[in-house]
Amino acid sequence: MPQHTFLLNGERVTVEVADDVRLLWVLRDLLGVTGPKYGCGLNVCKSCTSHINGKAFNPCAVPVSQIKPGDEITTIEGLPATVGRDLHPMQEAWLEEDVSQCGYCQPGQIMAAVALVRKVHAEGRTITDADLDTLRNICRCGTYPRIRKAIKNGEARMS
Amino acid sequence: MAEQRRSPSRRRFLGYLVAAPTLAAGVTWVTSGDSAEAALPTLPQPADIFDLGDLQNLAASPTSGLITVQVNEDGTASFALHRCEVGQGITTTVAMMIAEELDLPVEKITVTLADARPELLMNQLTGGSNSVRSIYTPVRTAAAIARQRLAATAAARWNVPEDQVTTKDGAVHHNGQSLSYGDLARAAAADRTVYVSADLKTPAEFAVLGKPHNRIDALAAVTGRKEFGMDLKVPDALPCMVRRAPTINGTPRAVRNAAEVKAMPGITDVAVVTYGVAVRGQTFGQVIDGLRALDVDWNPGTVAGESDATVLSKLKKAQLPLAVPGLGSLSVDAEFTFAFASNAPLEPDNAIADVRSDRAEIWSTLKVPIDAREDIAAQLGLPLDKVIVHVVPGGGSFGRHLFHDVAAEAAEISQKMGKPVKLSWSRTDDFRQGRAHPMCTSRVRATYLLGNVLTYEQRHTSSETSFSHGLGEMITSHVAELPIAGNLSFAESIFLLSQSVPYNFGVVTQLLNEIPLKFNTGSMRNIYSPNVTTARELVVDMLAAKMRKDPVAMRREFLRDGRLRAVLDKAAEVGQWGKAMAKGKAQGIALHSEYRGAVATLVEIDCTPETVNRPIQDGVTGPRVTKATVVVDAGLPLNPRGIEAQMMGCLNDGIALALTSSLHMKDGIPLEGSWDNYFYTRQWNTPPEVQVVVMPPTSDTPSGMGELGVAPAFAAVACAYARATGTVPTSFPINHGTLSFEPLPLEPSTPQSPTNGLDTAF
Repeated sequence: MPQHTFLLNGERVTVEVADDVRLLWVLRDLLGVTGPKYGCGLNVCKSCTSHINGKAFNPCAVPVSQIKPGDEITTIEGLPATVGRDLHPMQEAWLEEDVSQCGYCQPGQIMAAVALVRKVHAEGRTITDADLDTLRNICRCGTYPRIRKAIKNGEARMS
Repeated sequence: MAEQRRSPSRRRFLGYLVAAPTLAAGVTWVTSGDSAEAALPTLPQPADIFDLGDLQNLAASPTSGLITVQVNEDGTASFALHRCEVGQGITTTVAMMIAEELDLPVEKITVTLADARPELLMNQLTGGSNSVRSIYTPVRTAAAIARQRLAATAAARWNVPEDQVTTKDGAVHHNGQSLSYGDLARAAAADRTVYVSADLKTPAEFAVLGKPHNRIDALAAVTGRKEFGMDLKVPDALPCMVRRAPTINGTPRAVRNAAEVKAMPGITDVAVVTYGVAVRGQTFGQVIDGLRALDVDWNPGTVAGESDATVLSKLKKAQLPLAVPGLGSLSVDAEFTFAFASNAPLEPDNAIADVRSDRAEIWSTLKVPIDAREDIAAQLGLPLDKVIVHVVPGGGSFGRHLFHDVAAEAAEISQKMGKPVKLSWSRTDDFRQGRAHPMCTSRVRATYLLGNVLTYEQRHTSSETSFSHGLGEMITSHVAELPIAGNLSFAESIFLLSQSVPYNFGVVTQLLNEIPLKFNTGSMRNIYSPNVTTARELVVDMLAAKMRKDPVAMRREFLRDGRLRAVLDKAAEVGQWGKAMAKGKAQGIALHSEYRGAVATLVEIDCTPETVNRPIQDGVTGPRVTKATVVVDAGLPLNPRGIEAQMMGCLNDGIALALTSSLHMKDGIPLEGSWDNYFYTRQWNTPPEVQVVVMPPTSDTPSGMGELGVAPAFAAVACAYARATGTVPTSFPINHGTLSFEPLPLEPSTPQSPTNGLDTAF
């Protein structure tokens, strides 16, 4: 059985599993990291959104063999440590706006929001409504108005 | 809070001190909820004097006494809620109720979900926006009894009269000394169960209820620590999925290669079950490979020959006749069609089952867990007391979890494999085989003369909605107490208990007829109201146009309910009704009352070509609602923050139902298989500007908030679309006629995940 090694939330992990098993199942079923959720397995709903080397991606659509030993995977569980705090500023914004309803999509929403803010800031801009419209993460509870507010709130806390 | 609790306005309620190691207070008695409202000027419809929530309150009365608030030695209080949390915020509202009467901070109250408790009979059903309405008095009573006992225990220890001590922030105080609840929890415990009474605060005295409060599970949600069904770690419960038929409820006839599939990497078991072939393995990814490799012949399902067109044609033939002849130019005749819609939440249906020869344990999101437990015990051939059913918080419900299809299937699989299983339906399973809101038509005829509306008739015709989940039982056992006559079906009863026309439109009749097609259906958030209300509010706008009245003025003039008039006026003011709008853009307004609450929703829609045709990859765009104002009268609003959240969710549901989300039924199965096929509202379709106004209290009891806002949102968007385009839409959602996606294959039933995820990283 092939072995796969990578950095997960700051720690080096090694798993034995077939090459083509998608990273989402490696995280959830083998490593017990359940923050990233299964909502479709089709790279559509985005509820498993996590970071690879700081960029948002969906582990449901990446075979574990594509993850290189030096790749750093961050799930919602590891997000606060990336800023050396108990909570990432985006999570604080989420709490202040009381965004979550059922909460199922929210880890993915927060991970996508952090990446979007970073991307927009790297372009020397601030978040606009048009930027928010590009987010594909589904919230079936319809918390979108509070998500939009929280991202702007979190953006301010991040800068 | 001082002990002066016997003001004339306070009411005394009875409960128990329950024998337990630390203080526990329970409730044996409950008021029958909010009472009938004052007489109305015109003949009321059944839902006006006794609605679905009243039925549920009636059913809840005899057994609510078995619920207890426990005070722990660490100074916290705990309560096992006999309801399911699926995002509606019920655990937060209940914690606030306990905090209010116990004088303990909300943060120190733990609310968990109770296992299925058959002794609660029908009082363990989460639905009909009834939880807050039925729990409000009993839970506060239990907390008040606990607080009273803590105060008495401290007073006895200090040897001072009870009425000289006060309670605040989880402690009892007297003359500068204090004892924490934790210190008193053991001393205050009863050694035998006794009957006691306590006074409840009046709303004017509330310090917690009525003030906005954030959710108690928010931190767990944003850190990924909140556990859903598939996150639970039950020993040896390995991932499991089911290969399913290419038609709804199709069954396996022959499986040719079960042994080969069982030998695939990571696969541990393969078993033929009622609705497919189950595969269990080390990871869900390998399980999907396994189910895709199965070679199965299928028997056709229960609706194998049915498509949108065949169902519509059957509905048209089943429409009940309108009684009043049309008056030509003095009448409005309209007919609307509503496509099938999916109530699938984001979390796919899932359950863990550990079935042994002599017992079983189930974990699932269940809104009627007692019903699930009874059915599963019978299915497994086990005595009821050998089946434990745990209720797990859900990643949404929208009606889906009224049924226990997935829990029953997990139990069947675990029994057949002889091993614990963690069963998840796939996303495609959820859309294609899961419950749906049925296709329906609503035909309306209204006549008017000399400035008056003389008649309003509505004939709603629907493919059958299944209510076989406990609500039906509730109706059967209380049929004699309902203000409706005759031998009606469950569906007809629920229709009559939930629908009413809020306008003085002379002779009003609203009737339901159903056709018995065996799709997998069930209640979807707000059940009949989104369709019935949208048809009605569109007709109100059509009447207004014919009678040369402004839509808001028309509604004001004919409303027979002061609370609706107040929310209408507020919405018109806050949402700036009548402001100038560019060509292709318009406002729309709609009203709805149900669950003893009232809402007015005012939206602005943009139907200009540049907006309608804006490109989004793999998404539909179409008209965009750019601004929404929702004004809600919640009776007695308990948590305005939570109410606002529910209204936002309802708004996005209504937008989806009006514009984009539906199932296309073709040859016995929906074509939709992913969230890029079933177009629930996305960021690019949600209004950038949303304002929710929660009206000051209008009642001393809370109203149901979880569903109330869907109907007026749907209706307001439809009305706005009609005004922006000049054409009244008659088929919903408006994009249903165009298939805007390439359907995923029907076989194998679940697609394997893509491999190019790194290409879309950002």
